Formats: sequence, structure tokens, C-alpha cells
Amino acid sequence: MRSILSVKAAAVLATCISTSTASAQDVEVLHWWTSGGEAAALSVLREDLSESGYGWVDMPVAGGGGSDAMTVLRARVTAGNPPTAVQMLGFAIQDWAKEGALSNLNDLANEQNWSTVVPSALQAFSTYSANWVAAPVNVHSTNWVWANSKIMAELGIEQPTSWESFIAAMQAAKDAGYTALAHGGQAWQEATVFDSVAMGVGGPAFYKAAFIDLDSDALGGAQMVEAFERMETLRGFVDENFSGRDWNLATAMVINGEALFQIMGDWAKGEFVNAGQTAGEEFKCFRVPGSDGTVTFNSDQFAMFKVEGSAAEAQLAMASAVMSPEFQVAFNIVKGSVPARTDISDEEFDACGKLGMAQLAQAAASGNLFGSMAHGHANTPSIQNAMYDVITAHFNGEYDAATAAAELVTAVELAK
Amino acid sequence: MSMNLTTTDQDLKTRLQNWLPKIVLAPSFGLVVFFVYGFIAFTLYLSFTNSRMLPSYEWVGWQNYERLFQIREWDIALNNLVIFAILYISICTVIGLILAVFLDQKIRGEGVLRPIFLYPMALSFIVTGTAWKWFLDPAIGIENTFHLWGWQSFSFDWIKDRDMAIYAIVIAAVWQSSGFVMAMFLAGLRGIDDELLKAAQIDGASNFNLYRRIILPQLRPAFLSAFVILGHLAIKSYDLVIALTGGGPGNATALPATFMYSYSFTRNQMGIGSASAVIMLLTISAIMVPYLYAELNEKKR
Repeated sequence: MRSILSVKAAAVLATCISTSTASAQDVEVLHWWTSGGEAAALSVLREDLSESGYGWVDMPVAGGGGSDAMTVLRARVTAGNPPTAVQMLGFAIQDWAKEGALSNLNDLANEQNWSTVVPSALQAFSTYSANWVAAPVNVHSTNWVWANSKIMAELGIEQPTSWESFIAAMQAAKDAGYTALAHGGQAWQEATVFDSVAMGVGGPAFYKAAFIDLDSDALGGAQMVEAFERMETLRGFVDENFSGRDWNLATAMVINGEALFQIMGDWAKGEFVNAGQTAGEEFKCFRVPGSDGTVTFNSDQFAMFKVEGSAAEAQLAMASAVMSPEFQVAFNIVKGSVPARTDISDEEFDACGKLGMAQLAQAAASGNLFGSMAHGHANTPSIQNAMYDVITAHFNGEYDAATAAAELVTAVELAK
Repeated sequence: MSMNLTTTDQDLKTRLQNWLPKIVLAPSFGLVVFFVYGFIAFTLYLSFTNSRMLPSYEWVGWQNYERLFQIREWDIALNNLVIFAILYISICTVIGLILAVFLDQKIRGEGVLRPIFLYPMALSFIVTGTAWKWFLDPAIGIENTFHLWGWQSFSFDWIKDRDMAIYAIVIAAVWQSSGFVMAMFLAGLRGIDDELLKAAQIDGASNFNLYRRIILPQLRPAFLSAFVILGHLAIKSYDLVIALTGGGPGNATALPATFMYSYSFTRNQMGIGSASAVIMLLTISAIMVPYLYAELNEKKR
């Protein structure tokens, strides 16, 4: 009760603040891109807009995964004063569209031919009943391993191609006194690792059955138990002090040469680039062994909320700027992801970017492009969080693999 | 004629004076009715609906409550609350009482010591949580310091240990609140009539007996206030857990308040979140109402 009240109070406060600062020609943007690489990527868009005469009211709400930002958004919308554009992931866009809170961008989309240049797997999230409601900024793929080249060379580790060689490489690093796997003990990070591990165990058919179709045979089956067992193996390669660490601090461990690998989405690349490192030289990237040929993705989009008058004009200008090839290239080079449009040349991207773009196109063509469970692109937030609960409880040693698989079935059933 | 006028004048005046307190109190009374009891009723209603992301008004009966008690995290949260509340209330009371008794010995420097003990209460729980998070972190806090001093086998990693993390939260919470409890007991001690104590001393009561039989029984109102304040602080504690452990490792330090927040606001399960809020309210009432009732009844007699 108290929290509900304080959120209401925050909403009222937010209303007062924003009405006094946001003028009509401004776009007010709610996002959680606050870490170094991300903030730098976003300033590209800000500069684009200010060149065409639109101001930018920044509303950053820190917290990976954006759950805090979504709380702020709910308060703003309930108070009848939504921001112009909100960084949003997957099913959240659909949920808000269902509430009738989003603008219709069809005119702009038709004019600029969005439906032919954006992959259809993404369109499933940026449109609601055939209306464009969001502008996709990028495609992140989540099943990457980031590796420190220096440690690999020092220990004579080749790029692992199978789960066994991946484990052997980490064992070598552990024996040499390095942290084998940099990891931050937050539920969403554990789920990110689990995502690729499960894909590696069961392949695309299993992934789809378990995380997208929520088939209880797959959720509680032998393959899921094996995926949980592999998580236990990984748990043995994480340093003691992992609990609660932010993802970018875990990335910093690889950058600084304290840790060999990190399993993380391609936003981690932004941190490497920001630290002055080059893909293929100081650091390497490859798919989590076992998940080659498949890509689990999440896509940051700007969901456009219903605003009125000249704010709507500024909103369209922003949507158009987001979809322009120049911005998509400039932004994604800094951010580490790949463009949401497929008609863009990979010339300016680094080795990992080129690899990512090629694999994305391949996976999309072969039907192996799946929304990531860990990032709200496989199912609704309630189910996603129910899975988080089980994965993180298991990773922290609350129960064994078989119990975890059984718990997963129950948790998903309760969240449906 | 003129006399008549003054009496009606006085009548009006007294009537106005009678009404004045009610008029002055009316706005805040109205606000409390609406924002506290109104929203309690609204939450109660939501807990019987299928609200997900935003409130909905479709009645689903007891379904949210049935689901709530099947959710494992809720079990953990309730267990944690029991552990936390018992330890927090009892340790704070004991430490607060001991500090107050010691400070009451007419010692020199009381004026300096009292604010030092009271000071932590002036900090917000977020600050306490963040400071203790660093302090308890094995890599940078106490454990690391002892290692640097050469005591290599020293180990204090409760905050990273699934089974001990809830006790780490108790430590931080006790640090914050015991000074405040001390202040309440100290005020109670100062209120005790000196004559009574002198009489007891003349009768030959030992110091221990003096406290056990005369002073502590008279502190009963202070115990009640301490219990009521600490009890509701324990049940609503949210910010300390969020700052200290974020509910982790895993879900090990989830409390009903963190559960309620996460289900209502980040998981789009507002119905279940409301149900958990109602259970929290009932828990508070179950503890507070009989206690208050007994205390107030006693006073009347």
C-alpha cells in the first residue's frame, strides 16, 4: 500500500517536473541506456534531432533490463502524461498497444517502406494488429561469448567449438588463477546465460517448445534437467564475489584481463569499444558453443506513446530519425548491436559486427531466429519473471537440477 | 436588549469554538480517509480481480490468493519476515535498553554519546543499505581488511551466502534502529520518580532488583511504543533489502514488501501483488490489534 502511494506521489511529481521542462518541440525520451557505451550510442540520436530543431528531454532510469524504467512509465501513463518515446522490449510493446496507449505510425512507415526493410521476426513486436506502434532501433543477439585474447594466447586456448572444449578452456583459466567466467549474479544475467545453454542442449525445436510454446513436457523434461546441470558446471567457474554485480562490471573483468569469458548479449561489445579495444584483437567473440547457427535476439525499440499537437510532430520526426540508415549504422556501431534494417551495408562494422549481421541474416533465412526468453521476446513479463525466479534460485544453489526443472513447470503454470 | 445581543454573540462564539477543531481537522481527516483507507479498499478490491499490467475490474474471486500461496518465493518471503522481525525487534529492544540503562547512570559526556547512538536513525535505509553493502562485501569490506592485516583465514561473507544473507540484513537494520529505541527507553527512564527509587534503596533493594521490580515494569509504555514502531518497520522493510542485497543471492532475501512490489509493478501481476499487500496488512493487524487492545484496556481500568 505504501509503495503504491509513493508511486502515485512520484507520478504527480513527475507530471509537475515534465510540464515545466518539456516544450512542444521537444521529445521526452524514457530509457535505461545509462552505462558508458550505451549513453554514447544514444547521444547520436540526440544530435541528429537537435540538427533538425527538436529538443531532447532526457529521462534516464538506470537498471539493466529496464524493470525500473517500466515502473516509472506505468506511473506516468496512469497520471495521463506519457513520455513521447520509451525504450521498450518485446512483449511490453504489445501489452501497451493492447491498452491503446501507443500512436499509429503507419503513414510514416508506408512512406519509408518499413515493412520491406525490417525482418518479419522484428515486425511481430513493432506492429500491433497491422499498425506500426514502435520504431526498432537495433537487433541484439544474446548468445555470445566474449573472450580476452591475451589470456587465450597465454594459456594456448583455441576458440572452443563444443561444450566440452568450452569447459576445458575455462578449467585451464581457473587452474592458472584467472576467473574463468565473468558473471554478475542478477536474475536477468543468469537467465541470459541459461538461454544460450538451453539452446545448446536442445537446439531450436526444444527452445521453441519450452520457452515460446511453454510445453510442459519440454519445460520439465530431461533436456531441461541437462541444461540446469550445465548451469551447475558454469557455477563452478564463477568467482566467489559474483552476487549482485552489474553486467558491465563483469564485462570490465574481461576487459582488464581478470577473467577469460563472459556470456552476454552483444551490448557488452560497446563496453570493449568504449575501453579502446578492437574486436578480433584484444577481445574475441563467438557464439556460445552448441548454439551455433541459431540466434536468440532481443530488439530495443522506441515505443511511441499517444501525444498531442506539435509533440506528435516531434514524435514523427524522431521515429523517422530512428529509422534512417545513417542513424542505424552510427548507433549500432557504438552500441555493439546490428541494425534493425536489413538493407544496410556492413562495411563500417567491426569483425564482431560483421559476424553478427551475417549470422542474423542466416538465422532469419533458415528460421532459426528466436526471441530471447531472458529478454522478454519469448513470452510475457509474468512468465519471463517466473522463469527468472527458478533459474536464479537454482544457480544460487537452492535446489538441484531435477527439482529446478519441476519447479519451472509449476512456476510457469502459476504465471499463465 | 443589549444583554440579549451579547448572549447570542457569546453563543455563536462558543459554538464556533466548539466547531473550530473539527473544521481544522476536516481536510486532513478527509485526505487520510481517501488516501489511506480508500486505497486500502481499492487494493482489497484489486486483489479479487484479474488485474495484470493496469487495474482491471473483472472479478475472479479467491484465485489470486490461491496462486499466491503456491508461489515458492512468497513462502521464502514469509519465512524471511518471521526470522527478520523476531531478531530485529528483540535485538533492537535489548541493545536499546542496555544502552539506555548505561547512559542513565549520570555519566559524564552523555550529551556527546546520546547523539552518536541516535545518529544512524537520521539516515535513510537506502544509505544504511549501501554503506553496509560495501562494509559486508567480502572483496572490499571487513573480510578484505582483516586479510590485509594478515588474518588470512578470517571469513565473513554472510551477504553472499544464501543461508546467512537475511542475518546480514538484520545486522544493518539493528545498527540503524537500536539508537532510536535507546532514546525511547531513556525518555522512559527519566520519567520515573526519583523518590520511588530512593525509597527502594532505603528499603535495601539491590541494583538488580531495583531494575527488575521497579524500573522495568514502569517502562511498559516505552516497550509498547518500541514494539509497535519496530514491528511495522520490520513488515514494511523494503528499501534496506533492495539497497543491501537486491533480494539476492537468488531470491534468498525476498521479503513480503519486495515481493509485493515486484509482482505489482514489474511482473504485470497486479492481482497477485494486491493479494500479497492484503496479507501483509492482515499480518500487521494480527500482531498489533490484540496488543493495542490489551494495553488500552489496561489503561482504562
